[in-house]
Amino acid sequence: MERLRRAYGARTAHLLLLAGCFAFAGYVVDRVLQVPYAWMIGVYFVAAAVLHDFVLFPFDALADRLLRRIRLPSAHGAAPPLVNHIRIPALLSGLLFLMFFPLVLGLGERTYRSATGLGTGPYLGRWLLLTAGFFAASLLLYACRLVAARRRGSGKMEARSG
Amino acid sequence: MTPRPPWPFRPRVWRSPLRGPWLTSVLGSVLLIGIPILVVTGLVSYASYNPRLGHNDTTPARGVLGFYLFSWITNPSWIYRVSQGTHVILGLVLTPVLLAKLWSVIPRLFAWPPIRSIAYALERASLVLLVGGAVFEFFTGIFNVEYFYPWKFSFYDAHFFGAWAFLVGFTVHVVLKTPRLMAALRSRSLRAELRTGVAETVPEPPEPDGLAPVAPSAPTISRRGLLGVVGGASFTVLALTLGESVDGLRGTALLAPRGRSYGGGPTDFQVNRTAAAAGIRPDVTGDSWRLVLRGPVVHQLSRPELLSLPQHTYRLPIACVEGWSTEQTWSGVRLADLARMAGARAPVSVYVQSLDENGAFGRATLSGYQVSDSRSLLALRVNGVDLSPDHGYPARVIVPAAPGVHNTKWVRQMSFEVD
Repeated sequence: MERLRRAYGARTAHLLLLAGCFAFAGYVVDRVLQVPYAWMIGVYFVAAAVLHDFVLFPFDALADRLLRRIRLPSAHGAAPPLVNHIRIPALLSGLLFLMFFPLVLGLGERTYRSATGLGTGPYLGRWLLLTAGFFAASLLLYACRLVAARRRGSGKMEARSG
Repeated sequence: MTPRPPWPFRPRVWRSPLRGPWLTSVLGSVLLIGIPILVVTGLVSYASYNPRLGHNDTTPARGVLGFYLFSWITNPSWIYRVSQGTHVILGLVLTPVLLAKLWSVIPRLFAWPPIRSIAYALERASLVLLVGGAVFEFFTGIFNVEYFYPWKFSFYDAHFFGAWAFLVGFTVHVVLKTPRLMAALRSRSLRAELRTGVAETVPEPPEPDGLAPVAPSAPTISRRGLLGVVGGASFTVLALTLGESVDGLRGTALLAPRGRSYGGGPTDFQVNRTAAAAGIRPDVTGDSWRLVLRGPVVHQLSRPELLSLPQHTYRLPIACVEGWSTEQTWSGVRLADLARMAGARAPVSVYVQSLDENGAFGRATLSGYQVSDSRSLLALRVNGVDLSPDHGYPARVIVPAAPGVHNTKWVRQMSFEVD
């Protein structure tokens, strides 16, 4: 038993759990093989893992690294960081696009219209307006923080010179 | 000396000072509560189709994966509305949490060396079921409710079997990781984290799992900030979609695929398949239309004849598998009365056929139990007016708690089966 454990690298219960897992998954695969375009389901399933890890994530990380290089010149050197005021609305807008791009871009237009009798036209405008709203709200908040920081800054300076 | 691992496999690549077992565990706890709800409501939705009857089963290859099926209920009438609305809206709301969770564990994907033992290799292989399954289930679900089908397989097959593949990977993950989740949650106080700003944010200490960074960069956002962004994103998604399932919030469903207005009036509620798309022309629904009842007796009824039968009015929801739902006031003839006219006093089931011959749901089999509910109607009118062509004129089925597609529109024939 101990030899098995050492060769395997974990407790026997771990092996049983994983064996059960793959046996069950095998059964599911066997069922899927009965349906039309089973191979395509398999391809999409594996692609789903890969798409996130190797496409979406690097894109996201790269955009964020570029964003963090942005530094606003500040007269007092005490301006609050801008970075979150850009990346949070950008993230929200990007998330909504990721989740609703078929509607925003009208990719399912024909099926949508035959189901609902309506077109997907309004969604692009709605998403753009929401995006504009997120950035406007975020930058307004930034402006408030900036004003507050400058007031505090000049207050300090007066205190020092006085 | 061991050779230096290739670029993404070097631990120093992962710089975020927020990643760590605690953050992963907090996000994981949310999914640990949310995903079982998605699983249960998903299985409930499958059961609600009464897949053991007639041609109702959308995944006939199910095998033992339908072991839990039971004859679908009619009480409370809102059960499918709530269950399926929860399935879809919660799935949308959890999407930001899922993405954040995947972001938090991405260094694990590039752990080096990739294989350390047989146990380790098997566990990593099971992650294909977990991660592939999660992304596959979330995005097939999202694309389906948006009518976007960049594939040829049946959504039902893919989402059903994908769910089982995901579920087994999820179960293994929960069994193996729960002890670590509990330990990580205890390592920091949530309340303290929620009071910590960016200036005081310190990285979690490096640990053997490699989630926490060994070379963190300076924090630009606190853990409180990150959890706030994820929670805020979930709340935004909720606010923009919930209106498709709640009648009073219709106008807020800005990004929900449904919940849009048809211009007011008594038939201003969601249509799932237009008369035009179903090829229903006015000449087949006009004076020549007859409802054919088949049972021990065969009977034909014109629309005026149906209107001369006892009419009953109920407020009942119509709830789609795609998550949208609405409650309307339906009037028409009881299915039980029609069964009696066909000589079937206590039918086992009824096979309902639509004039829509080509639609995936141009036919449905209802159980004897559903027929016997006094609120189950062949509706002729809605909200005091005749059904509109898009809502199934001349007659449609409405059964309490049945999934929307089983409320067959443009009914032409009902075949009652008796023992």
